[in-house]
Amino acid sequence: MEHEITLVVNGTARRVSVPARRLLSDCLRQDLGLTGTHVGCEHGVCGCCTVLLDGQPVRSCLTFAVSVDGSEITTVEGLAAKDGLSPVQRGFAECHGLQCGFCTPGFLCTVTAMLRENPAPTDEEVLEGISGNLCRCTGYQNIVKAVHRAAELLAEEA
Amino acid sequence: MKPPPFEYHAPRDLGAALRTLAEVDGKVLAGGQSLIPMLNMRLAAPAHLVDISRLEELRVMEATEDGVRVGAAVTHTQVERAGAHPLLTRALKLVAHPVIRNRGTVVGSLVHADPAAELPAVLAVLGGSVRVARWGGPVRDVGAQEFFVGPMESAVRPGELAVSAFFPALGPRTGAAFEEVARRHGDYALAGVCAVVTLGEDGHVEAATLACIGVGPVPVVVDVTGSPAEAARAVRDRVEPEGDIHASADYRRHLAGVLAERALRNATREAGVRGA
Repeated sequence: MEHEITLVVNGTARRVSVPARRLLSDCLRQDLGLTGTHVGCEHGVCGCCTVLLDGQPVRSCLTFAVSVDGSEITTVEGLAAKDGLSPVQRGFAECHGLQCGFCTPGFLCTVTAMLRENPAPTDEEVLEGISGNLCRCTGYQNIVKAVHRAAELLAEEA
Repeated sequence: MKPPPFEYHAPRDLGAALRTLAEVDGKVLAGGQSLIPMLNMRLAAPAHLVDISRLEELRVMEATEDGVRVGAAVTHTQVERAGAHPLLTRALKLVAHPVIRNRGTVVGSLVHADPAAELPAVLAVLGGSVRVARWGGPVRDVGAQEFFVGPMESAVRPGELAVSAFFPALGPRTGAAFEEVARRHGDYALAGVCAVVTLGEDGHVEAATLACIGVGPVPVVVDVTGSPAEAARAVRDRVEPEGDIHASADYRRHLAGVLAERALRNATREAGVRGA
């Protein structure tokens, strides 16, 4: 049986018909064509599929689309401002916070939410904040730097 | 890695949820952070899912001087932020990662009854309880000792819904600690020990209880009031760890003893500070 749901994705209301078992990650990628959200482990370990649900980072692979009918979703496609990359995206670009980029959408969503709550995190808080996201390329050092840089950029622009 | 098909129910209120659970052979979906991985890996294939995550009646948390009652739709993050219970707050920081805690629920974790999970140990060491409801029947409160039946098995019967959990407050001159060892931060622990210690007016140990995780089918509660100095041995005698690829049974037993001493020491120190 299909369910008619409405998701406000990156500011646009999208109406979509999904079976109950459709994961939010698959709904975004397959039904809405937003392939920026990556799917890695599909059991909540890797963090690639992290999106913002009503502003809070969640695993889209551990969320059914029907369960969040009517919610606001922000994916990596919705992070950038019209005039270019978001401060968090610029931080990652400047500090080489990515190599292959597979994990990056998840990190960007997680970090965007983290800095909104804690605009000047310590190293320890950064590590705790990104502990649920796995990256096989960078060794994390540059990601931690990127988070601090993003915090600076956000502060400069505030 | 896709969940098997199921029929989805989104009841409007608690009554409708209980009626649905009475009518269909269904599983309850709250935060889904344990259930959906099991569905994705096809370890479970329920015919019906009853989604309680949006029921207002279950999204309530009530803190009194007796303790904290947490509704079944309240997330780990909400409880952690409320900071209403120091031991619960501390244990929650050990539960998976912040992003998982944004959706996972406290009561869901209790009902899931993973023997390596932190929250069952907190409920057990405090002597808390879970309130269980069913359609057309009386509500029953199940004490932690009876609630955890076996690995991944709680006392919630088919057709029932765990509606809230009650965590008794820590009394005066009482301290608590939670110590665990995990391969990686946020993983399920190889072993962990939660301790609650109450000191008498003169500073002697009046009560000391431990709850151990990852070393038995359910949280192993050990009362070490009589001989806190012998806690490590008492724990090693009581636990029934199993070996797997992550750690041998012997290592887990050893770890439980070490963590028991550490948790007891930290809880005692905190009790001293709180009593001063």
